[in-house]
Amino acid sequence: MSMVTLATAPVSAATAATTMPQKSNEAIKIAARNANVYYGENHALKHVDLDIRRNEVTALIGPSGCGKSTFLRCLNRMNDVIENCRVTGKITLDGEDIYSRELDVVVLRARVGMVFQKPNPFPKSIFDNVAYGPRIHGMAPSRRDLEEVVQTSLERASLWNEVKDRLKEPGTGLSGGQQQRLCIARAIAVSPEVILMDEPCSALDPIATARIEELIDELRQNITIVIVTHSMQQAARVSQRTAFFHLGELVETGDTPQIFTSPRDQRTQGYITGRFG
Amino acid sequence: MTETTTPAMPIPRPDLSPARLKRRYAAERRFRLYGILAVLIAVGMLGVLLATIIGRGYSAFYRTDIRLEVTLDPAVIDPAGTRDPDAIMQADYTKLLRDGLRTLFPDVTSRQDKRDLNALVSSGADTVLRKMVQGDPSLIGQTVTVLVPIGDDFDMLAKGFISRNLPESARRVSDQQIAWYDALQQQDRVEQGFNWNFFTAGDSREPELAGVAGSVVGTFLTMLVTLSLAFPLAVATAVYLEEFAPKNRWTDLIEVNINNLAAVPSIVFGLLGLAIFIGFFGLPRSAPLVGGIVLSLMTLPVIIIATRAALKAVPPSIREGAYGIGASSLQVVTHHVVPLAMPGILTGTIIGMARALGETAPLLMIGMVAFIVGVPHGVTDAATVLPVQIYLWADSPERGFVEKTSAAIMVLLVFLVLMNGIAVYLRRRFERRW
Repeated sequence: MSMVTLATAPVSAATAATTMPQKSNEAIKIAARNANVYYGENHALKHVDLDIRRNEVTALIGPSGCGKSTFLRCLNRMNDVIENCRVTGKITLDGEDIYSRELDVVVLRARVGMVFQKPNPFPKSIFDNVAYGPRIHGMAPSRRDLEEVVQTSLERASLWNEVKDRLKEPGTGLSGGQQQRLCIARAIAVSPEVILMDEPCSALDPIATARIEELIDELRQNITIVIVTHSMQQAARVSQRTAFFHLGELVETGDTPQIFTSPRDQRTQGYITGRFG
Repeated sequence: MTETTTPAMPIPRPDLSPARLKRRYAAERRFRLYGILAVLIAVGMLGVLLATIIGRGYSAFYRTDIRLEVTLDPAVIDPAGTRDPDAIMQADYTKLLRDGLRTLFPDVTSRQDKRDLNALVSSGADTVLRKMVQGDPSLIGQTVTVLVPIGDDFDMLAKGFISRNLPESARRVSDQQIAWYDALQQQDRVEQGFNWNFFTAGDSREPELAGVAGSVVGTFLTMLVTLSLAFPLAVATAVYLEEFAPKNRWTDLIEVNINNLAAVPSIVFGLLGLAIFIGFFGLPRSAPLVGGIVLSLMTLPVIIIATRAALKAVPPSIREGAYGIGASSLQVVTHHVVPLAMPGILTGTIIGMARALGETAPLLMIGMVAFIVGVPHGVTDAATVLPVQIYLWADSPERGFVEKTSAAIMVLLVFLVLMNGIAVYLRRRFERRW
């Protein structure tokens, strides 16, 4: 569905100011250069250049419809599923173009996991929800291995103590916050290098949100996290880097404290102080 | 905005007056009443239908027999005395039965009276005697007591369907015959019992000997062929069109054609079956194989449409969840989408199969309307199906086929209920909450 131009994108004048200062290459996990997304005629994401650093939490903020979710979905090619969606530009994961023909999208999505806005556990048991990824990727040859992977994943998602006695029960029977942590456990069960989170707490109460945020902070030790959020406080609490999107453009990125205390752009200033959006 | 520009305009307030509320509640009550009425009418119609069918057909489940003492005369059965199985098979058992009957009424001598008396015993009764002797040839020469089916007119008389009050010329049995029947009854020779024959025999020209076994087996085989062809083909088609096929002019065209196919009159499929499967491929006539293929063509679009609807109804979040952890398209479909759509697929299948079960017209075209006495043993044997059997019996002039027709309808309905029951059971097993 998606078309990719492999040419290196010229850095446009408008976005040059917002490009992150280049650090050592190893620190960059994902790099987007001149990424564009079109839904049919609609140019939803315009010339985005963004680096996402290894083992950091990058928050994508901006008003609704600004393209932050669209950008997030480019990073594991979830947009492929959408009819009429076209992606141009270059996005690399560890220097590898994820839109190249040689890249297997199944492998990409195993490396770049995703957690969605609405908890979407499979209508299967809690165990099978977590075990699904390891099963299809052949990660656990024996039942014992599988059980271990499931337990470790649930522990890392800090859900184990709540569900260890009812692994056979349907995952859909859990509370909203538990379901979302189950989805995180499901994502980390395949040992991804990156997890993309699309407003993971928007359907949750403050207590469940706090648990997920704690969890994000722990996961950061091994996993690079990109999170889309509508909550400025959440972005400030969990992320090290923040990128502000507006009307399909990447307006500004920087270290989170800098973005929230001294934004360079008027629009960022307006958004974080609540004047629009 | 309005408050600043037109301050004089009164702000409209909701009309919460009791009269208006009352009207609203009255409308709701009326609507519920209509609903209840509609349900009652539907239930009433169903009740009338079932009552009529059961009222007409229940009598087919029992049968009247008469007990006769029959002398197994060696001169008739085995004149050569060789006990040759062929000779035993070909012997004239009807004569023996008639002799046995005549000993009870020795004063019957005239040719016409003898014929009238013989009508008391079913013309198929000799089979009972033949089987008995074939099973045990040592009985030859002895006198045995046998229970044989009564003639169909007397079965009707016994069940009360022939009124004795009618003038003799207006009924199928004469006063003399009724007198003989009553005499037999007084000697306690008339018995009524469960009509096993109805479930074990194939079709027959004689109502008292006709059964549904042939058409039930024929129906079962036909449905088996239909299901095993239509279900995998339809599900594969629907899954491909819904999940994999690009959306372009060709797939649109295919979709329109599938929808049109569902509306094609069934007899057209029969003509197609006759021309292609029998005419071109030379498959056997009257066979469940061809019937099943024709019915599966008819069922395909129904299952395809239902399956596509069921696949569409699977929430996209489930697909995204699976894609998000690196499942391939095929894994997403086979592990998540199809299992979740399975209840809907099964519902569509059962609707299609139920339609195929009741279908007569296309089967007429491929020769399944033939009079077939035997029970089919495979999909290539000549067979008929229940709806065709009902049609054939409903068309027969004998009074005895009236109850058989209704009874066969009951068997068809039971078949349908069983099929639905299996589908409901499978639905339950596949049904999951999300």
